[in-house]
Amino acid sequence: MNYLASIGSYAIMIREVFKKPTKWRIMKSLILKEIDELVYGSLGIIIFISFFIGAVVAIQTALNLTNPIIPRSLIGFATRQSVILEFAPTFVSIIMAGKVGSYITSSIGTMRVTEQIDALEVMGVNSLNYLVFPKIIAMLFYPFAIAISMYVGVFGGWIAGVFGGFLTSADFVSGLQTDFVPFHIAYAFIKTLIFAFIIATIPSFHGYYMKGGALEVGKASTTSFVWTSVVIIILNYLLTQLLLG
Amino acid sequence: MIEVNDIHKSFGDAHILKGISTTFENGKTNLIIGQSGSGKTVFLKCLLGLFSPEKGSIVYDGKTYSSLTEKEKRALRQEMGMVFQGSALFDSMTVEGNVKFPLEMFTNQSKSEMEDRVNTVLKRVNLVDAHHKFPAEISGGMQKRVAIARAIVMNPKYLFCDEPNSGLDPKTAILIDNLIKEITEEFDITTIINTHDMNSVMQIGEKILFLKDGLKEWEGTKNEIFKTDNEAVTNFVYSSDLFKKVRQMYIEERN
Repeated sequence: MNYLASIGSYAIMIREVFKKPTKWRIMKSLILKEIDELVYGSLGIIIFISFFIGAVVAIQTALNLTNPIIPRSLIGFATRQSVILEFAPTFVSIIMAGKVGSYITSSIGTMRVTEQIDALEVMGVNSLNYLVFPKIIAMLFYPFAIAISMYVGVFGGWIAGVFGGFLTSADFVSGLQTDFVPFHIAYAFIKTLIFAFIIATIPSFHGYYMKGGALEVGKASTTSFVWTSVVIIILNYLLTQLLLG
Repeated sequence: MIEVNDIHKSFGDAHILKGISTTFENGKTNLIIGQSGSGKTVFLKCLLGLFSPEKGSIVYDGKTYSSLTEKEKRALRQEMGMVFQGSALFDSMTVEGNVKFPLEMFTNQSKSEMEDRVNTVLKRVNLVDAHHKFPAEISGGMQKRVAIARAIVMNPKYLFCDEPNSGLDPKTAILIDNLIKEITEEFDITTIINTHDMNSVMQIGEKILFLKDGLKEWEGTKNEIFKTDNEAVTNFVYSSDLFKKVRQMYIEERN
């Protein structure tokens, strides 16, 4: 019953987010600030992880290619498919649920604990619109970060594959171009946009409706990470079945 | 003027407010006192419109809150200023940003007009050199003054304060009390203060409302509180030896 009540509260929160908008002059600066903090501020970790995961995928594939009949270009193919279909949109989103999600929950939760949200409401400000809407809009730029992740992941695979002596650069590029399905890119970005909405709203929900003090802010951050990850994993399955199945 | 008529508020099985009626007049500092759990904060949040009472009505200068449209409610809220117990300043904004915030949200004033207004109210609360400091960089007393400045920047008709003296030293607490009283009289605001501080009661309590178990147990002025025979009030107000002695002296003087 608690889960159902939470889903209901979440739906009501989403409706409230889009009601009574804040002045555009103020909203504009809030959106820019959130793009900086949520997306631009995450690029470092995204690039770092993407590079090494791409490299590891290439090495693992190479080490498992023991049959001489299978072409070495498969390393490039496997790296591309792994990175574009799953690693960049899903794995990076789980990491973002931890990094960005816990930041969102703790910042909104602290505002709740210190009565800053009550202060907004007393002034007549739609606090949900003021706090959550800019995060949703900022996360619309998240696919750009995922595009960078895809590029860097594949680049990491190329570096590891070529400089590790597993295949030639030409083989890797040939593998990258083998059986390329453009819809896979669309599939990845559709998933990314949906995950972006989840990463912006579920942590906001846990921060906004939290009760208690500093300890509860920490607990809410953990809970929000768990639930954001669970929802991403379930949606990933459903979207894959719907779009590729 | 705010008229409260028989308001009731419950949370689940807990009946917090059990029918409170009273009137708060313009230009006066009205104090709500009572033990922890007596319903003071819930009562204040009902007055602010943060909680909706299940029964009864709250009338703000002839406008019954429950019968207003959402737009009218928001407009009414813009006539309210609130000083929270912990000041509730926005951490990410400077002192100037905090005070300017309501102006930016609800007016179409130019940048220079807003700056003038911010300077005026910060000067009024005796805070002139803190414009560019963040809340974490100033003392608790200064934070309270910033909160008061933010609350009055829109020229509110109603000022609500929740424990404005909590966490302050006695000298700063008196300064804050006097500041609230001066502002109330100067701008003819209806001020309602939720407090535990008996110094505030004696200093600025023009009307005092004593709540007990969600009911109005007693109301009167600071002079009447000396004379009252209400046991619950005397037990609460004169719980410290100092106030017991003050009351004893008052009674002896009167006799």
